[in-house]
Amino acid sequence: MDPVHDLLFGLSIALQPENFIYSFLGCVIGTIVGVLPGIGPLAAVSLLLPGTFGLDATKAVILLGGIYYGAMYGGSTTSILMRIPGEAASIVTCLDGYAMAQKGRAGPALMIAAIGSFVAGTLAVAALTVLAPLLARFALRFGPPEYTALLLFGLVVLSYMSGRSMLKALAMVTVGLLLGMIGVDLAAHMRFTYGLAELVDGIGIVPVAVGLFGLSEILTTAGKATPPQVYKPRLRDLSPSREEWRASVGPIGRGTVLGFAVGALPGPAHIISSFASYALERRLSRHPERFGEGAIEGVAGPESANNAAAQAAFAPMLALGVPSNAIMAMMMAAMMIHGVLPGPLLIRQNPEVFWGFMASMYVGNVVLLILNLPLVGLFVNLLRIPYRTLYPLIVLFCVLGVYAVRGSVFEVGIMTVMGLVGYLLRKFDFEAAPIGIGLVLAPTLEISLRQSLILSRGSYVIFLARPIAATLLAAAAAVLLLALLSVVRRALRSAPA
Amino acid sequence: MTIDRVSAVVLLALALLVFWESRSLPLGGLARPGPAFLPVVLASLLAMLALVILARGGRSARLASLQWSEARHAAVVLVTCVFAVVALERLGYRITMAVILLVLLLVIERNRPVVALSLALGVPLVSYWFFTRLGVLLPTGPLGF
Repeated sequence: MDPVHDLLFGLSIALQPENFIYSFLGCVIGTIVGVLPGIGPLAAVSLLLPGTFGLDATKAVILLGGIYYGAMYGGSTTSILMRIPGEAASIVTCLDGYAMAQKGRAGPALMIAAIGSFVAGTLAVAALTVLAPLLARFALRFGPPEYTALLLFGLVVLSYMSGRSMLKALAMVTVGLLLGMIGVDLAAHMRFTYGLAELVDGIGIVPVAVGLFGLSEILTTAGKATPPQVYKPRLRDLSPSREEWRASVGPIGRGTVLGFAVGALPGPAHIISSFASYALERRLSRHPERFGEGAIEGVAGPESANNAAAQAAFAPMLALGVPSNAIMAMMMAAMMIHGVLPGPLLIRQNPEVFWGFMASMYVGNVVLLILNLPLVGLFVNLLRIPYRTLYPLIVLFCVLGVYAVRGSVFEVGIMTVMGLVGYLLRKFDFEAAPIGIGLVLAPTLEISLRQSLILSRGSYVIFLARPIAATLLAAAAAVLLLALLSVVRRALRSAPA
Repeated sequence: MTIDRVSAVVLLALALLVFWESRSLPLGGLARPGPAFLPVVLASLLAMLALVILARGGRSARLASLQWSEARHAAVVLVTCVFAVVALERLGYRITMAVILLVLLLVIERNRPVVALSLALGVPLVSYWFFTRLGVLLPTGPLGF
C-alpha cells in the first residue's frame, strides 16, 4: 500500500499507447465540449458512453474522465473571449476574464486560467491518490445501515447545495428514486412495468440523462441567435506580466485548497467552489473595487477552484460508490456497464482500473495544458459554427447514443419523454440533476434499507445503535434543520412589522 | 395560478399514481419489507413535499408569465425524435437520420442547401461506419441502408 508504487503501477497503465490515446481523445472532446456553449460535460459523457462499449473498463473510464475534466479547462475559454460560460462552473470567470479581454489582456487571462487549472488539477489528483485509498479502507467497515445512512446524508446535502430551492431539489431526488423503483425487485416482483418487457430491467440512466440534460438543452436553446463577437488572442500575446504572475500565485493556491475541500461534497461542488473562491479573493484583496473590472485574481482563483473540485468529486464515487453529482452518477453507471463496481472494494478488485485512471488524470492535466495554450485559436474557431447547424447534429448523436446502449427504440422513446420533462422542469424552475442521481442510487438505497431492516428484525434502532450510521443521520438532520432555520428566518424578515 | 402550484399539483398526482399502482404489490412489514415498501415511503415523501410546495407557492411567478418563444423549434425537435422511434428499425439508421437532418437543417433552420445536403447525407454515413467499427449494432432498413 505504497502510494508511490501504486502510482507508478498506474502510470505504467496510463502511458500504454492505447490508453494514452484515449486519455488524449477524452481531453480533446472535453475541451471542445467546454468551449461550445449549449452542450455540457454531462450531456457529452451520456452521449459518448455507448461509444465505449467496445473498450475495456480502464479505457472507457479514462476516456469519459478526460471529457469531464477537459470540459472544466475548456469552459474558461468562452467565458474570457465571449462572456459566455462554456459550462456552469465558468460563469464567474466571465466577470473579470471578459473585462480583461476588453482591455486587450485576453491572452494573459487564458494563460493564467490554464496554468491555474493545471496546478490545481495536478495537486488535487495527488491528494486524491493518497486520500481515496484511505477513504475506501474506512468504508470497508460499512454495512447496510451505514450505507443507508450515507446515501440519505448524500441526498440531503445534495439537495441543500443545489443552489435553488431545497424543497424542489428534494422532490426531484424523490422522483429519481421512484423512477429507480421501476422493474423487477429483489424478490423478483414486477413493479410498474405495465407488462412491457423493456421495463423489466428498469429505466436506464443513459436515456434519462441524455433526455434530461442533452435533448432538453436543445429544446431550450434551439432557434436562438448565434453568440456575439469573439476576442481572438495571438499566441505571442499569451504571456502575463510579472505583476499578473505575482497576483495569481496566492489565488491559485487558495483556490486549489478550497476547491478540493468543497469538491468532495455532494452537489454541484465545482460550481459552488468557483463562486466561493471569487468571494474569498475579493474579500482578501486590498483593492476589491478592481473585481469585475479585469482583476486577474478573479480568473486565477475560480478557475483553480473548479478544476480542483472536479477532480475531488471522484473521491466519494470511487472510494464509497456514492456519486456526488450527476456527472459522477454517469461515470459510475459507465463503470458498472463495464462490469466494474465503484466502492471500497474497487482498489482491491480492479487495481488496474483505479490506478490507471488516477495516473491518466496526471497525464490528462499535462495534455490539457498543451492543448489549451497553443491551440486556443483552433478551439475558438469552433464557435464560428452557427448553432442552427450544430444542434441538428447533436440531436443525431442523442438518438444514436441512446439507441446504441440496448439496441432499443423504446429507449429512444424514454429519451424523448425525458427531454420534454427536462424542458418543462427548466421552465418551471426545477433542477433535473437530482433525478439522475436518485435514479442511479435507488437500487443501492433499496437493497441497503431492506437488508438493514431484515437484520434488525424491523427495528429502526439499528440506524442509531451503530456509530457511523448515527453520525451520518445526525449530520443529515442538522442540514435539514439548517435549511428549516433559514426558511423561518426569511419568513420572519419578510413579515410586516 | 403560479408555476410552483402547478408543479405541486403534478407532483401530487404522481405520488397518488404510485400509491394506486402499489396496491397490487405486497407491502410487507418492517421486519421483512416487500416490493411496495420503498415506493410507498417515497410516494408519501413526495406527496408531503408537494403539499409544502403548494402551500408556499403563492409568491412564485404566474403561469401566464412564462415565455414560450422557442416552443415551435422545441416541438419540431421532439417530433423528429418521435419519428426516430417509429422509423429507426423500419427504414434503418442512415435513411432515418438523413431525413431528420434534412428536415432540421434545411426546412426548419434554412441552412444553405449545399451545407444541409452534405451534412444530412455525410454525417449518418460516417457515424454509421464509425460506430459499427466500435461494435455498436445499428439497424439497417429493407434496402440495406
